[in-house]
Amino acid sequence: MSVVGHAPPPFFKRGPAPLVRLVFFVSLSLILLVADLRFHTLEWARLAVATVAWPLQRITWLPIDAAGDLGAYLTRQSSLLKENEELRRRQLGTANLLLRQQHLEQENMRLRALLDMRARLPVEGRIAEILYAARDPFSRRVIIDKGMQHGIGAGQAVVDDVGIIGQVVRVFPLTAEVLLLTDKDQAIPVEVQRNGLRAVLAGAGAGMMELRFLASNAEVQIGDVLVTSGLDGVYLPGLPVAKVVKIDRDSSYSFARITCAPLAGVERHGLALVLGARTALPPQPEDVPATPVQSASGKRVKKKVR
Amino acid sequence: MQPTHSSRRILLPVRNWFIVVTLFLALLLNLVPFGRLPGIPDWVALVLTFWCVHQPLKVGMAAGFVLGLAMDVADASVMGQHALAYVLLAFAAAGLSRRVLWFPLSQQALHVLPLFLGMQLVMMIARMVGGAEFPGVVWFLSSFTAALLWHPATYLLLIPQYRPEDKDVHRPI
Repeated sequence: MSVVGHAPPPFFKRGPAPLVRLVFFVSLSLILLVADLRFHTLEWARLAVATVAWPLQRITWLPIDAAGDLGAYLTRQSSLLKENEELRRRQLGTANLLLRQQHLEQENMRLRALLDMRARLPVEGRIAEILYAARDPFSRRVIIDKGMQHGIGAGQAVVDDVGIIGQVVRVFPLTAEVLLLTDKDQAIPVEVQRNGLRAVLAGAGAGMMELRFLASNAEVQIGDVLVTSGLDGVYLPGLPVAKVVKIDRDSSYSFARITCAPLAGVERHGLALVLGARTALPPQPEDVPATPVQSASGKRVKKKVR
Repeated sequence: MQPTHSSRRILLPVRNWFIVVTLFLALLLNLVPFGRLPGIPDWVALVLTFWCVHQPLKVGMAAGFVLGLAMDVADASVMGQHALAYVLLAFAAAGLSRRVLWFPLSQQALHVLPLFLGMQLVMMIARMVGGAEFPGVVWFLSSFTAALLWHPATYLLLIPQYRPEDKDVHRPI
């Protein structure tokens, strides 16, 4: 407070106080966090920054690529020969099936026509290379080298030679992000191959998955193979997904804890196949109006929409 | 001789373009796809902390915010996660800058280690509130490697500010 009624001029101009700046930037970051986590409204900004940063990213891969090339160059001939032998044997083993596939597909089409069923659409795939695992330690994602320019769209399924790896969740002009099956946010409708029991398989982190919401006396055994049921309209039915490795039937819980291991090399790197988008399923029938009769216990069935 | 406040070494003034270039190079180093290899330090956090400690008037929370947004896109993480962590890191480092430069380099590293750990903790809380999985204790190893790198980073980043030591007996300092 000065005598003449105005504050004395500051000696050094340093802008707002540090605490004011801290509050400003922290609130800005929190707004961004909420906008992205809760409302998913920042995809356009991400796309813009990622497109600009693409050449830089390409440069930074050079040392890793060079190390990989050097490793490949120094591979011993014996291991190459062994791999060649193994591949040839596998090819011969599957040749029988491959030769008959054409015939079987035609027969299937005729039978389906006879039964007056909708023909299964042929699905085309696109081979992509898994470039690297995303650095984010909180989720399990990989980056593949095909993107918008190659016709990849969000929601397409990604498989390798054994089974499903995951699903494309974010597409950039030249790359795409694939959310792996083992991520905690990923859920996939499956059925047990042995008896057709349907369930939902969700990622559990640490490279494992969990079969959720199955009663503790459900007919599942260790070693059962789970395949996609195709109910979600994303994955084709019948693709192998996982194998049951551990079942914990505790009668004090209403659901069994069923741990599964993915069949495909989900955490490995290499080539993958991005399957084409499936045509959308017919819309779900509208809910019948709820009957006014309440159950005795008054328990509500909570519907979870993900 | 170590370039600390308690030493007799006098540094040249810093050049602005050098700060920008080092921060940019740190960002490039962070883009190198190491995947889930544990113990890879967060280079941007290291260089940002260094400049916030040494030049608190030139590098501060605004730089941390912009670098954080760039890291969020590059890491495929949630927008604002790195920005929040780097802003808090820059604030803490600027608060530390008056005090920490009086210590020798090894003790400076001990001072910045809690900052790096706090930064990772902030990121973890922000993501786990959003329902992400726990990344494992090994993830915190990168803070320790970053603190170990404080010593070499100090020498490397101060190279353009050194000047030849001339022994002049008549000069008071």
